[in-house]
Amino acid sequence: MKSIWLVLRKELRETLRDRRSLFTTLVVGPLLMPALIGTVIFMAIRHGGAVHTGPITLTVAHAERAPRLLDFLRQYQVRVRPVNADRARARRMLERQQGPLLYVPRDFGARLAAGKPAPLRLYANESNRSVQGKVERLSSLIGLYGGTIARLRLVARGLDPQLLAPIALHPIDTSTPQSRAALTLGMLSYAIVFTMLMSGLYIAIDTTAGERERGSLEPLLTVPVEREHLVYGKMLAACVMMLVSLILTVAAFAVTLRHIGLARLGMSANFGPGVAAGIVFGCLPLIPAGAALMTLVASYTRSYREAQTYVGLVLLVPTLPLIFASILGLQPRAALMAVPSLSQHFIIMSLLRGQPLPGGYVAISAAVSLALGAVLVYLAGRLYRRERLLG
Amino acid sequence: MGPGRERHAGMIEARALSKRFGALTAIDGVSLRAADGSITGLLGPNGAGKSTTLRILYTVLRPDGGEAWIDGTSVLAQPLEARRRMGVLPHGAGVYPNLTARENIEYFGALHGLSRAVCRSRAAQLIARLEMASFADRPAKGFSQGERVKTALARALVHQPRNVLLDEPTNGLDVMAVRTLRRLLGELRDEGRCILFSSHVMPEVAALCDHVIVIAGGRVVVQAGLEELKARAGTASLEEAFVRLIDPDGAGDGP
Repeated sequence: MKSIWLVLRKELRETLRDRRSLFTTLVVGPLLMPALIGTVIFMAIRHGGAVHTGPITLTVAHAERAPRLLDFLRQYQVRVRPVNADRARARRMLERQQGPLLYVPRDFGARLAAGKPAPLRLYANESNRSVQGKVERLSSLIGLYGGTIARLRLVARGLDPQLLAPIALHPIDTSTPQSRAALTLGMLSYAIVFTMLMSGLYIAIDTTAGERERGSLEPLLTVPVEREHLVYGKMLAACVMMLVSLILTVAAFAVTLRHIGLARLGMSANFGPGVAAGIVFGCLPLIPAGAALMTLVASYTRSYREAQTYVGLVLLVPTLPLIFASILGLQPRAALMAVPSLSQHFIIMSLLRGQPLPGGYVAISAAVSLALGAVLVYLAGRLYRRERLLG
Repeated sequence: MGPGRERHAGMIEARALSKRFGALTAIDGVSLRAADGSITGLLGPNGAGKSTTLRILYTVLRPDGGEAWIDGTSVLAQPLEARRRMGVLPHGAGVYPNLTARENIEYFGALHGLSRAVCRSRAAQLIARLEMASFADRPAKGFSQGERVKTALARALVHQPRNVLLDEPTNGLDVMAVRTLRRLLGELRDEGRCILFSSHVMPEVAALCDHVIVIAGGRVVVQAGLEELKARAGTASLEEAFVRLIDPDGAGDGP
């Protein structure tokens, strides 16, 4: 046991002196990721929110031809910006601006008065998602205005306007800012898990490929210490780095997300120390499995560079369940809590939403993750006994 | 011959070691002895099986056949015990780049179960003895080959092993470093330790060894004292003797 401790201490000491790996572990991951994700979430909130409720600006060419329509639109938070332009100029203007442009043709008023379909042209570049949202909203507003006129016409002719509405369909939009941001939120747990694994990468690779390439593996194997203990010490060191990085990352997220209106995402507005600690403890059981998995993969490679490539690819494996979860819209179930990394995702999400999962679910997640870790740690230890390790 | 317990203490002994790597037979029936208080050279051309033999002796490889003992302790049955009894300088001599030479030495002392105080004093002694003072407290990442080998050597000796195994220790060393190494090996012999080192460099072996084991094509060709070897080959020059031993037909294109 003492030798495990000796190896652990030495690995940490070496890592702390290696500026490059320290930078990756403690700065890039924990600071860059939260900043990145924070920005994306921030954009998602602004984006989604503004289109559906906020005021939108509509450029109108020949506003004087449809004053009542525009008055109507103004009541629904549409800011009308009249411009002087013919059709050709209007199209050119559109190329320079992002928002939609409404062109009112010369015969609009006359046809409306005559009870004929009155033409309107709504120019918009719908490849921009926010423009798409605005066009939808404008179309329905203009449709609403048209519907009002239609009903008035029927009433004027002594007909019941309800004749025009044989079916009353009520589409109920159940989308919430929360569900719209589901993918973005999924990225958050992805970022936490990925950053955590990343910080164990250097030591995990160093255990086999690094030691071998440096020529220090053989001397190390001649000390009177069980080979397993050497690996355990190294994996433990990787775990310590992962834990430090996990704590830093979650703390950084807590700070970042506090500043960007969490409540609008349906998340617990209070990403305080309690939630942060919950996330750390939820992810904790995944650490040994991650360290051992990376060590295992690295031990099969022939060089440090090769190890970096393969272990880098392996880092993607724990993220696959997260992608499935967001595409399929998976909800926590006992069976799914037995999938490491996916269960951590559920735990993180539930904590952020302020709806903690049942204790049993958390227990399943911890137990399965730790059991997987135990198996992988054992295998990594066994592999260190292979002669082929020497390369 | 019986099992490990009945072996002589105070020597390195191997009997009928064989090792294959896939289709390649690295060594085939290597038997040897290296006695306490003497320096034994394992001499042979590249690829003869020197490193494989040493690696089996220092427990990194397991032989396919045969058995070996360090001070009577079987390397197969009790590898940890055997490791305690030897200091090893493997080929390449890699050290930890972010630790200083002193820390590299002390780390191995600790892994050998020495207390912190003992590690410190042993490291200090070895640093003085190997003339490492000028670089002892610098991180090893900028070390020259000579500085690295010295560090690795000190690391191998920190637990004061009775047996010292060195795989091509003079590789890449300059003249001064080779001199320091020779002097050290001589001192270790005079302290009564058993020293076994491999080399393909003739003058080195001639200058250092009491005994020579010539190995070629995975087999021991001859095992004798230095003078006896020259006599047997019928020549005064060790180099000539060596060439005749490993290539008896004198074909000249090596084994």
